Amino acid sequence: MLRRALGLLPRPIAAARARSFSTDLPAAHTADATFMEAWNKVMPNMDPPKTPLSFMHPRPPTPSSIPPKLTVNFVLPYASELSTKEVDMVIVPATTGQMGVLPGHVATIAELKPGVLSVHEGSETTKYFVSSGFVFIHANSFADIIAVEAVPLDRIDANLVQKGLADFTQKLSSATTELEKAEAQIGIDVHSALNSALTG
Amino acid sequence: MAMAALRREGRRFAPLISPRPITAVRSSPLYPTLEDEGPLGLRHISTQVVRNRMKSVKNIQKITKAMKMVAASKLRAIQTKTENSRGLWQPFTALLGDLPSADVKKNVVVTISSDKGLCGGINSTSVKISKGLHKLNSGPEKETKYVILGEKAKAQLVRDSKKDIELIITELQKNPLNYTQVSVLADEILKNVEYDALRIVFNKFQSVVSFVPTVSTVLSPEIVEREAESGGKLGDLDSYEVEGGETKGEILQNLAEFQFSCTMFNAVLENACSEQGARMSAMDSSSRNAGDMLDRLTLTYNRTRQASITTELIEIISGASALEG
Repeated sequence: MLRRALGLLPRPIAAARARSFSTDLPAAHTADATFMEAWNKVMPNMDPPKTPLSFMHPRPPTPSSIPPKLTVNFVLPYASELSTKEVDMVIVPATTGQMGVLPGHVATIAELKPGVLSVHEGSETTKYFVSSGFVFIHANSFADIIAVEAVPLDRIDANLVQKGLADFTQKLSSATTELEKAEAQIGIDVHSALNSALTG
Repeated sequence: MAMAALRREGRRFAPLISPRPITAVRSSPLYPTLEDEGPLGLRHISTQVVRNRMKSVKNIQKITKAMKMVAASKLRAIQTKTENSRGLWQPFTALLGDLPSADVKKNVVVTISSDKGLCGGINSTSVKISKGLHKLNSGPEKETKYVILGEKAKAQLVRDSKKDIELIITELQKNPLNYTQVSVLADEILKNVEYDALRIVFNKFQSVVSFVPTVSTVLSPEIVEREAESGGKLGDLDSYEVEGGETKGEILQNLAEFQFSCTMFNAVLENACSEQGARMSAMDSSSRNAGDMLDRLTLTYNRTRQASITTELIEIISGASALEG
């Protein structure tokens, strides 16, 4: 009960901060002023095109103290799985090994490998299997996870994983060219990661 | 305007057609086939021309209505996809910023357009923006090339900047768009062109009737590193720890390529969505216009018919009264 109350507390503060941030900076200021100027010089009778920055949700500046929650954006090409969701911790499968991210983590750019991404929120844990992608951890306790493909772990069929693993192992042994070998190796990597995610 | 055109037509045809064949066509028993010829084109205006025109306008209206329906159903499918893909580029912009004013040597303008026409001004807008960017980034020691997606921008750009076109890709929307397809395409572009900055020009979908011309900039890893070292807007990037990979350059290379494919994916979807929206509103206004035109034509047709009936009646009545008197 108390823990929940604590969790609720920082939210209005964060919201207020976001609002003051968006009113402090009018939309025109977010766009690149030098670009606008140069454009108006070259093409005076046409409006300059918009740039992505003007469509961007503003990000808060780095707070002086570490916020209690981590704000996570987890995006896929076809969906935004988590959008500015506040969680306690995420564990991401970086190429250098599993990496736990807590609020106040040092700013990091990391590449992802096939593996399990778990999102811890209170006592609940959501697990996804991600294929590949990137994770950016910002100094303001924002974490952006971009994956090419991700599925919740409970939607994976263990039998098909075994079958795929066997298939690719066979392909690797029969591969002749470098390309085929590399493709089979990727298949094996993904399937063994899937396998260990399911069993482990 | 249509009435004026019709009047012109009537005047033009009147001396050519003698009244006799026209009266022969009329199967009115009251109307004598052989009668004294009155002033040309006064009583016997042919309604055939108006009727033909009405028929063709009605057919055009049917076609535009059907096209509107098709565009509406396609729009609904692609709009959800587009809205879902909007989260994809935001992390990159948060990390690498947005530097449309980056001053680099090799610029590549990626113009995204549609394959089919009849969709309002979206293609000419993106072509105009691309030309503006070309002008902006040209100068001594600088070169700007075009990469064109879609038939329509190709047709417009081939005319005056043929020598600057590096790559043309068409028939993008034959199959429903997906990420795999777009990343293959992005790979193709990255393999074939050398770049310091890629500027993707597309129309961002806002609502069915409005779209916003937008340019996204993707910088090459070397430029990103240069900008980060020199401070400025990308100065924050140096404070990030880079995990994995052999060197920072390698990660930045992967990052730039991934950023390009993600930005492209969103751009292609946004543009396809704007295209369907623009087509829908264009077809809506043209079927409404056809309806208006049809109304005016019907009015003219009925008036003419009514006038000739009245004339006939007057003739009969005055003839009868002349006999009586």
